[in-house]
Amino acid sequence: MNSKLKLDQLNIHFGAAQAVKNVSLDFPANTVTAIIGPSGCGKSTVLRSINRMHDLTPSARVTGRVLLDDADIYDRKVDPVAVRRRIGMVFQKANPFPAMTIYDNVISGYKLNGRVKKAEMDEIVESSLKRVALWDEVKDRLKTSAMALSGGQQQRLCIARTVAVQPEVILMDEPCSALDPIATLKIEELIDELKEQYTVVIVTHNMQQAARVSDFTAFLYLGELIEFDVTKKIFTNPAKSQTEDYITGRFG
Amino acid sequence: MTEHLVTQFDTDLNEIRSKLLEMGGKVEKMIHDSMKALVERNTELAESTIEYDHEINRLEVEIDELCLEALVQRQPAARDLRFITMAMKIDTDLERIGDKCRNIAKRARELNELPPLKPYIDLPQMADLAAAMVNDALTAFVRWDDQLAYTVCHRDDEVNLLNEQIQGELLTFMIKDPGTITRAIKINAIARHLERIADHATNVAEMVIFMVKGKDVRHLGIDPK
Repeated sequence: MNSKLKLDQLNIHFGAAQAVKNVSLDFPANTVTAIIGPSGCGKSTVLRSINRMHDLTPSARVTGRVLLDDADIYDRKVDPVAVRRRIGMVFQKANPFPAMTIYDNVISGYKLNGRVKKAEMDEIVESSLKRVALWDEVKDRLKTSAMALSGGQQQRLCIARTVAVQPEVILMDEPCSALDPIATLKIEELIDELKEQYTVVIVTHNMQQAARVSDFTAFLYLGELIEFDVTKKIFTNPAKSQTEDYITGRFG
Repeated sequence: MTEHLVTQFDTDLNEIRSKLLEMGGKVEKMIHDSMKALVERNTELAESTIEYDHEINRLEVEIDELCLEALVQRQPAARDLRFITMAMKIDTDLERIGDKCRNIAKRARELNELPPLKPYIDLPQMADLAAAMVNDALTAFVRWDDQLAYTVCHRDDEVNLLNEQIQGELLTFMIKDPGTITRAIKINAIARHLERIADHATNVAEMVIFMVKGKDVRHLGIDPK
């Protein structure tokens, strides 16, 4: 399979502490990969390194390579803003811009590209909201505040904002942990649709969710990659006893 | 294997395990008793064996219920998932063995009313083999012993061979003296039931292999690796 994204001997330090140890991973194009592991295992740290979120943390040091289409996003010539345009991110808590309308929220990222015509913006907003199955619910109130939406709708709005920029990879950091089961199922259904167009990497604490939405699963423990395999294999018959112990609830 | 963080889960799994063992023990008893009822022409034992099948049916229902509860409450993965799903399949095979024993006991009851056709030698041997296969399959289940499970699968051939032998012998009886046909057909049915019991034991063994190795060996021809 074609790999879209590749971690090559990734090491991440915060000051003297090493959070991620020599992790190498391949993310095939148009697939969903779940990263699982107990709290503090480094899964969010790995995810954040993929769109250079650690650049803003002075104590953070990232070594190794993160290859997007075989080009290292940590190369000195690469602009982190350009990286984030190609690799979007959705966070645990829905974070729409509170002072903006639904419409402005969706288009906010896209507008950073420069001057955009009104008709183009309308089209982007509509297609992005349709993409996340939110259009029918909000099309009559695009100019109202995003904060009036429910938690699940806000999260889909944030995904629409990410999608509007037309990225190639979408990173999701526990996107459903603040949502009720119905909203969770809607996001999961959406993830399944998103992979037709994007490569998705999701960090989740919910192992059933990982089993449901992902094609591949990586298990991290104490900053190390313990096992990476097809999701079905990981959850029915993992190769490593540490993976087995974790997913069967023998430690955590 | 270390214990679960939720110790109640271990308790639940142990209950499923011990109920399956109880069921296996009772099924073995049914195999032996139905055969004893035939060989010793003991109709009373045949009757009680037919009655005993309710016990097996009850255990099947109880085990399925426990497994369903565990699936809903724990959403198990990996070895726990394989254990619970295989337990649900194994109890079905054990229940079917119970049915076969009940049928053997019914045929024994009928044969006991008729003059003996011949001394029973091969049938008890078949029953012993089949019962040992059930026993070993369940031992393999409890010990997570895939190698023992493989030996069970291999022993199915011996039972099949005995079945063919008995069928040939009965055919000779029937050709020589059509007056033996009624009895020969009943004895033939018993041999076929025993042969099916060995097949069910093989199914159980195959499930044990899946449970231990995560590898589906059904319908492939068994190869212990």
